[in-house]
Amino acid sequence: MSDDVPRPRSRRDSLWLKIGAPLAIGIVVLIAWEAMVRVNEIPWYILPGPLSIAETMVRDWHMLWPSLVNTLQVTALALLVAVVGGFSLAVLFASARWIELSLFPYAVILQVTPIVAIAPLIIVYVDNLTIALLICAWIVAFFPILSNTTIGLNSADHNLLDLMRLYGARRWQILWFIRVPGALPFFLGGLRISGGLALIGAIVAEFVAGGAGSGSGLAFRILEASYRLEIPRMYAALFLISGTGILIFLSFTGLNHLLLRRWHESAIRREG
Amino acid sequence: MPPLVTLSGVAKRFPSGTLAVERVDLAIEAGSFVSLLGPSGCGKSTILRMIAGLIEPSSGRIDWPGLTEAAPTGAHPELGFVFQEPTLMPWASVADNIRLPLRVAGVARAEADARVDEAIRMVGLEGFFRSFPRELSGGMKMRVSIARALVTRPRVLLMDEPFAALDEITRFRLNNDLLALWQQLRWTVVFVTHSVFESVYLSNRILVMSARPGRIVEDIAIGAPYPRDDRFRVSDEYGNLCRDVSRSLHRALAA
Repeated sequence: MSDDVPRPRSRRDSLWLKIGAPLAIGIVVLIAWEAMVRVNEIPWYILPGPLSIAETMVRDWHMLWPSLVNTLQVTALALLVAVVGGFSLAVLFASARWIELSLFPYAVILQVTPIVAIAPLIIVYVDNLTIALLICAWIVAFFPILSNTTIGLNSADHNLLDLMRLYGARRWQILWFIRVPGALPFFLGGLRISGGLALIGAIVAEFVAGGAGSGSGLAFRILEASYRLEIPRMYAALFLISGTGILIFLSFTGLNHLLLRRWHESAIRREG
Repeated sequence: MPPLVTLSGVAKRFPSGTLAVERVDLAIEAGSFVSLLGPSGCGKSTILRMIAGLIEPSSGRIDWPGLTEAAPTGAHPELGFVFQEPTLMPWASVADNIRLPLRVAGVARAEADARVDEAIRMVGLEGFFRSFPRELSGGMKMRVSIARALVTRPRVLLMDEPFAALDEITRFRLNNDLLALWQQLRWTVVFVTHSVFESVYLSNRILVMSARPGRIVEDIAIGAPYPRDDRFRVSDEYGNLCRDVSRSLHRALAA
């Protein structure tokens, strides 16, 4: 079996490539950016260089940090509700076909309607702004978890299900022993997508609510800075948002590896 | 003594309209090793699944006069089933895979541990308690699957071409180990196979089936004494028996 597998590079090689190569690209781009700004003497209010952005980030940290915390709170809470809601709904779908058939189209409608179009309405109807933001972030975040987990729960090995029937297993036992563990890789895949989407949902909702002026998340900081033409601060907030997204993605990738490394093909490193 | 299980006029037509099995009358004695031998698609797996209660016959009936208590519909605690694929839970260790039927039955932890231990020793997988299925070879995975079937201490073991996907050397070894276990524990085995050689080596009775719709066309007793081992495999007696059964199979296919 091992004969037809192409020889993988050694582990140290691939780790060096995985971290070193993107890092090198990033550093080169930043240096080129800084050089371009300096050589062409582009004024900071049009395009600030990376150094000036970094300086702004440090100087304005006292206002950026609370905004970051604010956005993070909405994102995390929305993701939590999406996980609980998406997972429970998937279990409900898997337990009765008619429930899945009657509710799934509405989940799809919720998913395909752009959040920017729904957000203003939600903000009108929900008095508490944090809860309004939460609902927006939840709407975008919950679908990947629901849809992936539903597929996972339904893809259990039929022979294993037969075996459970032979042993007289109850429905909850089949669910708990066979379907749920089998759905884990699908669920984690959904979680990785939803993590990023929850952040996007939170940011989009903040932008929509931004006019109301009461928000204090990172998107609000970007809006505020743009009104005042403080371009470096816009960039600083933008970098924080991307950084947060990357961090969310990396932590779920790590979680994925931790939970699946012993058994699932997606997380198993081939031996050379 | 009444037979363990009887099939009377059993037929199975699938919803798609395919008639898989027709007019099967059969009595299986307790303690026997019975092989269902036939070409692929002849309905031997269907018969096995009906005996297991996994699918209902379209007509006819299946009775268990040899079991003390009538088995409740669906659940058959006295049956063990082994599929062609190992059918293991990839996320669970060897021990947890074997423990599954006991967890379903709610057997207490200490008792379950002892029984899992016993089953692992029976199939010769000591030292692989904590391994995961993907770390095992095909033959070892099949051993885990057999251990899981044995852990409930069944009286009947139903096996659906369990060794068909294994290489010949591994298959010979598992054949021998299965026979040794059968002689020691005296359960009844119903074994589905399309291999003449395997069925002659293992069983004391071979039911030869026709092509679809499957019927049992010959019922052959294999009188060679147990224990059978690698000497039996190279004996003239074995060769002659294989020739006879091959002829029967040819006749069955022509019929």
